[in-house]
Amino acid sequence: MYLLEASEVVKRYANHLALDNLDVQIPQNEIFGLLGPNGAGKTTFIRIINHITMPDKGSILFNGRPLKSEDIYNIGYLPEERGLYKKMKVGEQALYLARLKGMSKNDAYKKLKYWFEKFEIGAWWDKKVEELSKGMQQKVQFIVTVLHEPKLLIFDEPFSGFDPINANLLKREILELKENGATIIFSTHNMSSVEELCDNICLINKSKSILKGKVDEVKQTFKNNEVMIDFAGEKALFEEKLNGDYQLKSLNENHGGYLAKIKMNMGDDTNQLISKLLPDFKIRGFQEILPTMDEVFIKAVEQSNTKQ
Amino acid sequence: MNKISLIIQREYLTRVKKKSFIIMTFLSPVIFAAMMVVPAWLGSQEDTKHKVIAVDDITGQYASALKSTKYIKYQALDNQQSQKDKQALAKQFDALLVIENDLLENKPQVQIFSDGQITMDVTDNIKYHLNKHLRELKLKSYDIEGLDEKIKEINNLKINLKTIRLDEDGSEKQSSAEMAIFIGMASALLIYMIMIIYGTQVMRGVIEEKTNRIVEVMISSVKPFQLMMGKIIGIGLVALTQFFLWIVLTGGVMFAVQTIFTDAETKAEITQSMEKGQVANAAEQSNEVAATIEKVTSIIADANLPLILGMFVFYFIGGYLIYSALFAAIGSAIDNETETQQFVMPVLLPLILSIYVAMAVFRNPHGDIAFWFSMIPLTSPVVMMSRIPYDVAPWELILSMTILTASFVFFTWFAARVYRTGILMYGKKVSYKEIWKWFIQAGK
Repeated sequence: MYLLEASEVVKRYANHLALDNLDVQIPQNEIFGLLGPNGAGKTTFIRIINHITMPDKGSILFNGRPLKSEDIYNIGYLPEERGLYKKMKVGEQALYLARLKGMSKNDAYKKLKYWFEKFEIGAWWDKKVEELSKGMQQKVQFIVTVLHEPKLLIFDEPFSGFDPINANLLKREILELKENGATIIFSTHNMSSVEELCDNICLINKSKSILKGKVDEVKQTFKNNEVMIDFAGEKALFEEKLNGDYQLKSLNENHGGYLAKIKMNMGDDTNQLISKLLPDFKIRGFQEILPTMDEVFIKAVEQSNTKQ
Repeated sequence: MNKISLIIQREYLTRVKKKSFIIMTFLSPVIFAAMMVVPAWLGSQEDTKHKVIAVDDITGQYASALKSTKYIKYQALDNQQSQKDKQALAKQFDALLVIENDLLENKPQVQIFSDGQITMDVTDNIKYHLNKHLRELKLKSYDIEGLDEKIKEINNLKINLKTIRLDEDGSEKQSSAEMAIFIGMASALLIYMIMIIYGTQVMRGVIEEKTNRIVEVMISSVKPFQLMMGKIIGIGLVALTQFFLWIVLTGGVMFAVQTIFTDAETKAEITQSMEKGQVANAAEQSNEVAATIEKVTSIIADANLPLILGMFVFYFIGGYLIYSALFAAIGSAIDNETETQQFVMPVLLPLILSIYVAMAVFRNPHGDIAFWFSMIPLTSPVVMMSRIPYDVAPWELILSMTILTASFVFFTWFAARVYRTGILMYGKKVSYKEIWKWFIQAGK
């Protein structure tokens, strides 16, 4: 079941095509990574979901029905370019933004108190926003985004401006939101956090979606057929054994043994390699090397750029 | 709808609670009152000390003609004193007036000596008395019967010009050109000021939202149009609040000033100084203030207040909405206030032009220029307001109001389209061509 389905979405600005027949399916109750280089079209897509701009063509289904402007009550959006009214008091402002999302004053007040306690910023309620540090302001922004308990949350670079401790706090909160049933679109350039948090991803490059799928599967398709072997034994013999059949990428000493990175050929069976080595070496570890999301990102974008 | 009212609420409350608003609102009427009271007060302070003028009348004919007033005292010198040198006498008294010749025979000439600057009121007073005296002497020399009565008669001749306008239905209406000019200019100026002050406030508000980067947070929950209109209406209400308070407070201050300056004593002085001739002394100055206020109050009471007030509110709202929409569009197009110049100028131009036209309107309130500029929506709020006291034909009023309403709809629509794109644009140098593109593109 998809919470959001975009099909053949086209958006053209005066000088360029921002989205070119984009198809994206966002499964219910998952964290979905929306990735891509700067200017790829992510923000345009997010703005279309938020009803800020309209697509020229294509359809967007939210919860199975075409997306309506009332659906923004079920969406929480933390934009990359975000700020607050500097001269307003923190609590007053949070109340204002919550009420604009359709919450009643009482309801908003109660929930805000809860979140302010949770984030340990209760003392800041009557302070003016300009007195807050950037990290503090980001916390307030985050609270306001999730306060009305929307079905769909969109976080655009949520960790910018946070120190590692607060970034961790935020990660925990995002995972908790998912546990509570929210679907989350997560747009970032920080690939390690994608690996940590996302279930599915979609990579957009030059207005088109170029890669989609579960994080593990995506990694699988971009793997290099490389393995890491941790063994004890004779170095020269090891090199001899591999000779011809496998390519030794690197060999480093490791706790009285060696750590070897080996590239196999397509279709090679890993068991075959292990059985070949077993008689002469003590195998202490064996692992298939999967690319990091960073590598996947770079490779996918480069591939799609050379194709054009 | 509920969201717009939330936005209006915020825009209104944050501004009304500002210190600058409170200070401006309460200080302005005080400053206005001070501008009227302080000069009068200063004048009255200075001249409570009366001046003594020594009169050395060698001919012995004229000293009696110089009658002392409350502030100027004439003292004739006897023979002994007149022998002293002028320097000493000028020091001893405030001034020394020397009359050496028969003023009727020769070229009338007198001299006045003083060790300080002689004030206008003294010289005026001397000239007034001597002239009067000489005229009477001359007339007497003709030997006319019953001369005194005749002189009185002549002095009492005064023209009282009353302007009466005939209406089409034949009814007479008393009109006063001064009143029309005053009311017309005052309301035109007020509208002009309010449009500039609050129009630029709208622009600043939009720029603030843009530079604070709050705008994208906002428009994920409200439509750009709601955000823009909420701001415009909220600030408009601030303007109305301030305007209303100014009227009430200024009215109160004016009333207070009026009571202070028209107490029994000063009233007596008015009559006194009138009898004594046109002596420009301080008492009269302060009475002038009171008299002006009285006049203004009576003028306002005479005028067709409901119509003027109604039109004022209409043209204020209409003009404000048009200009603030344009200012909002400008604010959305730029990143910071230093870039506003090139866009603000063309918007201010018709406004400045309209104030020039309004100032010229009283010469020919029904001429072509006055007519056309009170139809063009960008100038009509100011120009029409300055014309209304001259009784503009109803069809002209209705036409002008219709055009204004229609253009308000058009300008808001135009501004909203520019605004929608503009608020999400960062770090781009914007040109007119670019804005035009936003406007066209928003239609898709």
